[in-house]
Amino acid sequence: MSILGNRVVRREDPKFLSVGGTYVADLDLPGALHLVFVRSSMAHARLASIDTSAAEAAPGVVAVFTHHDLGLAPMETVVGMTPEAMTQPILAAGTVRYVGEPIAALVAETREAAVDAAELVVVDYEPLAAVVDPRVARRDETILFPDAGTNTALTLDMGRDEAMFDGCEVRVQQVIVNQRVAPCPLEVRSAAAFVTPEGRVEFRSSTQAPHGVRDTLARALALEPDDVHVISPDVGGGFGAKATVYTEDIVVGWCARHLGRPVRWTETRSESMLGLGHGRGQVQTATIGGSRDGTITAFDLAVLQDCGAYPGMGTVLPFMTRTMVSGVYTIPKAECSFESVVTNTTPTTAYRGAGRPEAAAAIERMVDIFAAEIGMDPAEVRRRNLIASDAFPYTTPVGTVYDVGEYRRTLDIALDVAGYDELRTEQRRRRDAGDPRQLGVGLSCYVEITNGIPEGEYGSVEVRPDGTVVVRTGTSPHGQGHVTAWSMLVAEQLGVPIEDIEVIHGDTDVVPRGVGTFGSRSLQAGGNAVNQAAIDVVEKAKDIAADLFEAAREDIVLDKSRGVFHVVGTPALARGWAELATAAVAAGGNPLLAEVDLASPGPTFPFGTHLAVVEVDTETGHVTLVRHVAVDDAGRIVNPLLAEGQVHGGVAQGVAQALLEEVVYDGDGNPLTANLADYSFISAAELPSFETLFTETPTPVNPLGAKGIGESGTIGATPAVHNAVVDALAHLGVRHVDMPATPERVWNAIRDAAERKGA
Amino acid sequence: MRVTITVNGTVESHDVEPRTLLVHYLREAVGLTGTNVGCDTTSCGACTVLMGGESVKSCTVLAAQADGADVTTIEGLARPDGRLHPVQQAFREHHGLQCGFCTPGMVMAITSLLRENPAPTERDVRLGLEGNLCRCTGYHNIVAAALAASADPESRS
Amino acid sequence: MIPAPFDYVRVKSADEALAKLAEHGDAAKLLAGGHSLLPLMKLRLATPDVLIDVGRLSELSYVRDEGDEVAVGALTRHHDVATSPVAAAGVPVLAHVAGQIGDPQVRHRGTIGGSLAHGDPASDLPAVVVALGGTLVVQGPRGRREVAATDFHRGFFEVALAPDEMLVEVRVPRTVGPWGFHKLTKRAQDWAIVGAVAVTTADGLGVGLINMGPVPVRARAVEVAVAAGASAADAAASAAEGTEPSADNNGSVAYRQHVARVLVRRALEDAGV
Repeated sequence: MSILGNRVVRREDPKFLSVGGTYVADLDLPGALHLVFVRSSMAHARLASIDTSAAEAAPGVVAVFTHHDLGLAPMETVVGMTPEAMTQPILAAGTVRYVGEPIAALVAETREAAVDAAELVVVDYEPLAAVVDPRVARRDETILFPDAGTNTALTLDMGRDEAMFDGCEVRVQQVIVNQRVAPCPLEVRSAAAFVTPEGRVEFRSSTQAPHGVRDTLARALALEPDDVHVISPDVGGGFGAKATVYTEDIVVGWCARHLGRPVRWTETRSESMLGLGHGRGQVQTATIGGSRDGTITAFDLAVLQDCGAYPGMGTVLPFMTRTMVSGVYTIPKAECSFESVVTNTTPTTAYRGAGRPEAAAAIERMVDIFAAEIGMDPAEVRRRNLIASDAFPYTTPVGTVYDVGEYRRTLDIALDVAGYDELRTEQRRRRDAGDPRQLGVGLSCYVEITNGIPEGEYGSVEVRPDGTVVVRTGTSPHGQGHVTAWSMLVAEQLGVPIEDIEVIHGDTDVVPRGVGTFGSRSLQAGGNAVNQAAIDVVEKAKDIAADLFEAAREDIVLDKSRGVFHVVGTPALARGWAELATAAVAAGGNPLLAEVDLASPGPTFPFGTHLAVVEVDTETGHVTLVRHVAVDDAGRIVNPLLAEGQVHGGVAQGVAQALLEEVVYDGDGNPLTANLADYSFISAAELPSFETLFTETPTPVNPLGAKGIGESGTIGATPAVHNAVVDALAHLGVRHVDMPATPERVWNAIRDAAERKGA
Repeated sequence: MRVTITVNGTVESHDVEPRTLLVHYLREAVGLTGTNVGCDTTSCGACTVLMGGESVKSCTVLAAQADGADVTTIEGLARPDGRLHPVQQAFREHHGLQCGFCTPGMVMAITSLLRENPAPTERDVRLGLEGNLCRCTGYHNIVAAALAASADPESRS
Repeated sequence: MIPAPFDYVRVKSADEALAKLAEHGDAAKLLAGGHSLLPLMKLRLATPDVLIDVGRLSELSYVRDEGDEVAVGALTRHHDVATSPVAAAGVPVLAHVAGQIGDPQVRHRGTIGGSLAHGDPASDLPAVVVALGGTLVVQGPRGRREVAATDFHRGFFEVALAPDEMLVEVRVPRTVGPWGFHKLTKRAQDWAIVGAVAVTTADGLGVGLINMGPVPVRARAVEVAVAAGASAADAAASAAEGTEPSADNNGSVAYRQHVARVLVRRALEDAGV
């Protein structure tokens, strides 16, 4: 019987539950110095002077560095697409462009000494006008980078087809703000470095991509990749925001080399809210057109992306938005253009979904607006426009090729499980009764792209002479459970118990190559690599067994129930993995090992339907999520326990964006949500238990038939909850409420609709 | 100043600055790094430990205030024979953790909650965890684990 | 997230605390549960030179039935008020509200006296004590004095305590019949955007508002309207009269005033009006 598809509890857990994980801040680094950063308190200013003398003289202080001390090149552009004139210097060089930008690095013998002395660094600012709203930034009235001459970092202008909406009976436009949110992994950023007597930089990093850290750090410090050894120990969450290298990381490495002592840095949460990249941050102008029978015929999306102060990963995410612009629907004409602009705010980066939640939010919100406009049930409008299951592979108007889908099925299941008709009946009852607690039902039929920037991945399987197995993977889990899942894949191929399988990740010396864990890529890239390596190692073992048994290779069989090889027909004469591995070493000195550098099998397109039920207190505007039904299809599920966990977490973050969370700045660029008291990080008390179901439509793209599941939650849940809020208020004349649907915002929408009606 | 705190049954005595927070005392003076720091505003609960058997946020207690107290951290919750506490066991069975960073605080908060309310409803558990933030699990399996653990009479100990 | 350095003194009696306060003056702060003060110190928004730890003064931790009144020692933790049978029997609204402050960990450390002396108009207990017409007992070098709760809160984070005085007891009258308490928050653990409480004591109806001005507000106009026979809805219409709430990321002035009217109506209805 296959182990795949079973709810295997995590092998990772006993340590976390009994003594806790080992995160970077937990590492024992004897003699380590403590690094803290002095950060800008102004959103946009020239640095007239930085006086570090008092800090340098403070007890325990080893050194204080500013930009010119380092002599380092600025951060790299994002895949060569963003302007050189907008790259971020390592420590501010003459100008600060967001609150929280590192200005000086202070190194001291103790954390307390560092924190105390940092207060003594005196920065003299000459304030400049700050630009906070991307709609203002694009006007180029105040320019962040004079050398660039514009605030626009990147544009994709597809040339709007003015005839696109010709012939549409109905055409509706809506400006939708997909607000800036904070990723908030529970572990903040943390790094440590020391230099070995041989001159090698040992680097420890809370990262999703240790090999990327190695390569980027090496380039920044003008070293060869082999001169840098990165280990990511346990990592307390990332959600995309820890997939790239930050300026602080480079300073940590530089200080360790410069000072010749171990250096460690862990930011505070208040720093993290300003320093870790933010997610989303799009202003979308969406236009939908179609006929009154419910057919959607045209959709246009113009995206204005907020890059924050220095163009980073966030700048290019609208490409992903464009890729998924028409969602699950057969819309004949669809297009998406974008413009990414810099503002005096924290740089934006990938956050769970990274460009696709923004696409789903736009199309799903607009389908509801279209349904309201023609007076049709939103479920019915969706049903009429879904791509049929026999239409795959399906090429969308923007050229995306979807692998496989059973969209109608997930919609039907969601409606059935939720009791859609009964919910609508209850909604009518409350409306008729004028109940102050109105019910809203929201739908989202989504499709997304995983492993969307197709890259390969490294995986190897080695059988040791004692019969135990070691798996090395280029993915870098931080909660996803790869140790358990990869063990299951290998156990399935080798017929050994998962307890005998060790999975190694996150060490660039032990795992020679790797891409990392982000973009829901791990199972379809890394899992398939490990699976292939397991298949290959079985084949190698068969070669050895054929020699040992002096039999024809094609007569050798692996009995997976016992984990032994024998000649077909003589199962009693069997050789185990230990014997074969021992024989391999004895024969040629090489271990029984298979390595795979899997070329990317291309992206896959998970899909599903989420249905949210909310209650809105129409007197205060307070929204309560009552139920959330998620029907997701990620192809073949290796471990439902892990897959459900991914959905749960993503759904909560989606609900959070729809109802609560938003990074807010005042007009001068001062952050108003710079700690976890002010930022509305969602808690257990704001959520119900979720109803999660899977359909399994295997992708033909990879041997496991697996798609990604890491980001479906944010992509599917956010618009479902958002639509539910508006749905609850539809009879009051409300057509749209921007996220997050906070009490005041919802109440304002109710009041404004009443005033419109009255007018 | 010198503080003496019984940590997981062992008497610990160390010289500390008055400003030393209990969480830093536990992590650095005692060397127990299972308790994590997740914020600086008493919001996230990652640093939750038991003091006198009750949950507290060790980032908002001075080591000096805990002088003479009995403190239990995640490292001290399992039975002397190594068996996991029912709350720990339930977390494993119900996949109540992913990245693990909030986990020690969650486990300690739930342990305290079940001592005060041995038969909580789902709503009781959710409100009882309002001061413990998790970004990975959506709380779904944490709540399930807490409810499952409450069925085990040993969870109150 | 490390406080600036300070000296720490642990005292064994209220008298000793007062002596230390007299010695150090403005440079000193009393430390009770620390759940208002330590967060400010960690962000270095407060940098006292001396902390006088009164946390172990068990003499000031009690909930006592004193006939017409319930007396609560200033160092009684929220958790102990919330679970006190005396509070539940005499002033159930106080137990209920104490059980909703912050989160369980905060309630295991935070004290009623600390909460009141901190003077935050967004916190729940001050408005409840004001609505109840409670009395605060203050001790100082000049002896004990009693301050009406309505006079105790002087301004934003400003209370009627001299630097050499400490709050030692909170006295509230027993309530009669049903009561109402409603607060609007984005998240369970948040401070109230607005809150309202309605209680009946021997002195009649008391209505209090949370976060509707620099100090906890007693909604006298509502009380007068109810006394004159107005319905809950009609009386609540005047709930925001004279209030000066601040505007912030959670609500404008107009929104807060609207919510105050809604929550007061609900609290009045719960209180049997």
